[in-house]
Amino acid sequence: MSAEFSSFINIGERTNVTGSAKFKRLILEGDYETALDVARQQVENGAQIIDINMDEAMLDSVEAMQTFLNLIASEPDISRVPIMIDSSKWEVIEAGLKCVQGKAIVNSISLKEGEENFIHQAKLIKRYGAATVVMAFDEKGQADTKERKIEICQRSYQVLIEKVGFAPEDIIFDPNIFAVATGIEEHDNYAVDFIEATRVIRQTCPHVHVSGGLSNISFSFRGNNPVREAMHSVFLYHAIRAGLDMAIVNAGQLEVYDEIPAELRDAVEDVILNRHSEATDKLLELAPKYQGDGKAVVKEDLAWRDLPVSKRLEHALVKGITDFIEDDTEAARQAADKPLHVIEGPLMDGMNVVGDLFGEGKMFLPQVVKSARVMKKAVAYLQPYIEAEKSEDTKSNGKILLATVKGDVHDIGKNIVGVVLQCNNFEVVDMGVMVPCAAILQKAKEENVDMIGLSGLITPSLDEMVHVAKEMERLDFDLPLLIGGATTSKAHTAVKIEQNYHAPVAYVPNASRAVGVCQKLLNRESRDIYAKELAKEYDIVRDQHARKKPRSKPVTLEEARANAHAPDFSVPPVTPNKLGVTAVAADIATLRNYIDWTPFFLTWSLAGKYPRILTDEVVGEQAQSLFDDANEMLDNLIANGGLEAKGVMGLFPANRQEDDVVIYTDESRTETLGVSHHLRQQTQKPKGANYCLSDFVAPAGSGIKDYIGAFAVTGGIGEDELAAQYEAQGDDYNAIMVKAVADRLAEAFAEYLHKRVRKEFWGYAPDENLDNDALIREKYQGIRPAPGYAACPEHTEKQLIWDLLDAEKHTGMTLTESYAMWPGASVSGWYFSHPEARYFAVAKIQPDQLESYAERKGWDLQTAEKWLAPNLSD
Amino acid sequence: MSRYTDKQIFDLAANRILILDGAMGTMIQQHKLEEEDYRGEQYKDWHCDIKGNNDLLAITQPDIIYDIHCQYLEAGADIIETNTFNATTISMADYDMQAISREINVAAAQLARKACDEFTAKNPDKPRLVAGVIGPTSRTASISPDVNDPGKRNVTFDELVEAYTESCEALIEGGSDVILIETIFDTLNAKAAAFAVEGVFEKLDLRLPVMISGTITDASGRTLSGQTAEAFYYSMRHIKPVSFGLNCALGPDLLRQYVEEISNVAECLVSAHPNAGLPNEFGEYDMEGPEMAAHIKEWAESGLVNIVGGCCGSTPDHIRDIANAVAGVAPREIVKLEPKMRLSGLEPFVH
Repeated sequence: MSAEFSSFINIGERTNVTGSAKFKRLILEGDYETALDVARQQVENGAQIIDINMDEAMLDSVEAMQTFLNLIASEPDISRVPIMIDSSKWEVIEAGLKCVQGKAIVNSISLKEGEENFIHQAKLIKRYGAATVVMAFDEKGQADTKERKIEICQRSYQVLIEKVGFAPEDIIFDPNIFAVATGIEEHDNYAVDFIEATRVIRQTCPHVHVSGGLSNISFSFRGNNPVREAMHSVFLYHAIRAGLDMAIVNAGQLEVYDEIPAELRDAVEDVILNRHSEATDKLLELAPKYQGDGKAVVKEDLAWRDLPVSKRLEHALVKGITDFIEDDTEAARQAADKPLHVIEGPLMDGMNVVGDLFGEGKMFLPQVVKSARVMKKAVAYLQPYIEAEKSEDTKSNGKILLATVKGDVHDIGKNIVGVVLQCNNFEVVDMGVMVPCAAILQKAKEENVDMIGLSGLITPSLDEMVHVAKEMERLDFDLPLLIGGATTSKAHTAVKIEQNYHAPVAYVPNASRAVGVCQKLLNRESRDIYAKELAKEYDIVRDQHARKKPRSKPVTLEEARANAHAPDFSVPPVTPNKLGVTAVAADIATLRNYIDWTPFFLTWSLAGKYPRILTDEVVGEQAQSLFDDANEMLDNLIANGGLEAKGVMGLFPANRQEDDVVIYTDESRTETLGVSHHLRQQTQKPKGANYCLSDFVAPAGSGIKDYIGAFAVTGGIGEDELAAQYEAQGDDYNAIMVKAVADRLAEAFAEYLHKRVRKEFWGYAPDENLDNDALIREKYQGIRPAPGYAACPEHTEKQLIWDLLDAEKHTGMTLTESYAMWPGASVSGWYFSHPEARYFAVAKIQPDQLESYAERKGWDLQTAEKWLAPNLSD
Repeated sequence: MSRYTDKQIFDLAANRILILDGAMGTMIQQHKLEEEDYRGEQYKDWHCDIKGNNDLLAITQPDIIYDIHCQYLEAGADIIETNTFNATTISMADYDMQAISREINVAAAQLARKACDEFTAKNPDKPRLVAGVIGPTSRTASISPDVNDPGKRNVTFDELVEAYTESCEALIEGGSDVILIETIFDTLNAKAAAFAVEGVFEKLDLRLPVMISGTITDASGRTLSGQTAEAFYYSMRHIKPVSFGLNCALGPDLLRQYVEEISNVAECLVSAHPNAGLPNEFGEYDMEGPEMAAHIKEWAESGLVNIVGGCCGSTPDHIRDIANAVAGVAPREIVKLEPKMRLSGLEPFVH
């Protein structure tokens, strides 16, 4: 070990709520005991200083910092090392400084808010007796180039020495380690800028130190630890030589430079040192090989490598293999007259094979998405050559705009459609989620798209789609409109959307249909034929719909109420062990045990029940591969964080009042906290009751003390960021996967929390002992219906849940104007404990109930019609 | 009144070892004062018992305190400590006398001032200095008072700063030449004291030399709050003390190795004022002056110290013996450290 290496300082990074999901969870849960273990492990693993950061919106950061530092003071195993008090908030830093007897380091101050503030803080730090990290940040912003880094550090140095009298050896500059290999060219030189700036800073500012947050450098490879560790080691190797003498690192995870496989090390070095413009692509290409345990995966049968190049491309596309795609594409390019011909020739041929296999049901969606990944890489490789040729027109199949409508955040299905279309050489303009109508239409004009596809999952999105169709008509659009998403249907499209817009409106039931529909709509001739077909089809649907009689006769609300379900209340309801609101966190490792996998496969258009689906004759192999990928992602998320689950639940005294449930502030049951409104089935039920959820709660005035619960959980804190990262790497497969997994985690969380409620918080079934399969089959007492779904279909009731639970504060979950929950991977609902409580569908209601509901909600009739539209008879 | 600067102190200490006084409490004990003596005229109707409130004697029995100061000056002390070890508002609250903390500090400093001025006047070649004493208080900012709740604290940094600020201002007002933060067993308390002292200096636009003296509580070699001597030094070094050292808890025999540890790193004068041995079964200290002086002479000859004196159990006789023993012995040379970042947790960390 050379001298500079032996004097390099590891600063432990895991006691940082912004960097460690686990630590954050522990602190949020108030589990300081276990949080101390994290700190202890850091020291045991060789951290010479520990960085402590409590910057989290959900926390009282000042108090958390004080509490944790006070506890550390009682743990000699931890407090033997110096503390780095890390916060972007001065008040937190100052509170921390007042809790440490040792000489600590402040992380950080900067010229960001000007010299005066900087001097003030530096003087105080000096008086508190601490060293400080100074970020290369000034009034103009954070330094990214070598020159700016040097300039700001030198200026900071001068101010600290001359105006504050700060000891130079107590100054640690952080010239900002930024992520490289992001795919954005301006970022390519970030590591070099840091290293070179460090060299100059150490030379020109005597006695100072240089530090940085190491994990930033490899941010684009989240989920691939072996590559990340290699990047860290290579970066340190060079930065230390330039004068970096401390860094915030995960002390337990650093690959030894010399032990990085040469191939990987070279690729990483090319990226870190920005040695050539393809460095990032090369590393991206190599990265999957080192995924997992870090050892290169066993070589597969490579016989296909001996095939002609067009067959090799086809094989790579069908099998989703990226390992050789650039070499093969290059070989094809050299053989072709023009680079564009490679796309139009062998690559499209290969994708056609994929399309055929998919159409025949021999390939499955996940594979197609992987094929798309290969295709993207090949096209990306060819792009510079195509540009260089400035070839006349690179014509795509067509251009389609995709958007999830305003108020809705769900996009897994839309993303899958986008990928499938791209595979088929469509150009896709994806506007993301919650896109307002005006933005969609403006973008459609700007981009001169050939058609617009709308997606939505929650029922209010249906109205928004109608609105978009009407606007398109008003603004003289002539583009075909595609409608898709879980709540959409051919009937709705036919009855509500199609007649509002003259151009073709096509309902697309699933991703595999999208290509066919789009192709038909592109060509004017085929479009007209298809439009006629559609019109005819929709006429029939409308006709059927109009003639459709309700299967059973409607009854009046009064009659329905008379036939309400009357549960047995002779055994009084159990008083909850924990009344009031409780925030509940759960780690992914716990939640994965509660996952119901069957819907996961449905997301990917693989039908079959888990676990049988894994051995299914037709889809078994694919299902298994998908299942493995999902579990690998879970392993990664558990190991590296990035995705977080948060939840909150509350239990309250409540009694039924007609069809509503009155929720009280306390056991005196005198003050109302909120009223939960419910709908009653309104068709004739000769054999059973006309159910309403409120039936399961004992009525007010009965003297029976009953209760209701509410919950909101998400498995998706971080899902958008992770998906965006994968997308940035051209990895749509994992971008979709992470959301599909987050969705499952949210559902798993709901299941897990419900179990804890039954056994613990409410405690009406303390001895319940069910395995996951039994849980999925809902073999327990009580239900957890979710607003927006069959038993309580009206979405605005979620607001009450949010208010009761202060859900946004506890979980960060929010509601859109259409009452979609953000993040998308979220579940909320009510808890009913009565043994007879069951799920049912409200289905169609009659005008008398509409009026009654409007009155109870304090709405005018129009508002009520809007929100209850899906349940109103047409 | 001209104030001492750091440089003047260094000059005074350049050629000889300076002598600090000895125990105040031990000397007061000899007077066998009773409740009414403590109360004096001023507090004869005080609503609770105040026997044992030694600091109050600056007001109620000023002659006794003044006399003790004079005895130490007579014995050869260059620096005498004000009788203000427990005079902060926080410690005075034990007697419900927090409101007169300021008055006590001023009066105590004035008594020491008066004694020093008289002795300096008698022999201007040997100027005598008043060290305004800031004690540790009866509370700890980094140790929980409740073993079952390690995160609990019975005093905060801010509360300490407030109390120390009041003491420090009063000590300066009463005429202190230097500020001595001593008997530090919880470094966080001392950091609060240093923070307060700096604040007072800034407010009054002056700077007095600051002396720091910590306490290694037992043979573990650590402060009560767990720091090693070197780590403790790094925690307090930012105040740029004119002297840094150890006092109390141990006799000179046991204290030596920690004085040596400080001596190796302190970029200022090193002080030591140990107890007269460890207390016997009657709570009395029985190490006699000559024995104590012999230990300290050896320290001096080993080049470990610049300022020496006594703590619990020591008397003017001890101080006289010590002064005689170190007379003519060259003081320790101040070390110069490489400019490195010197951090600390419980242990030192140099980078």
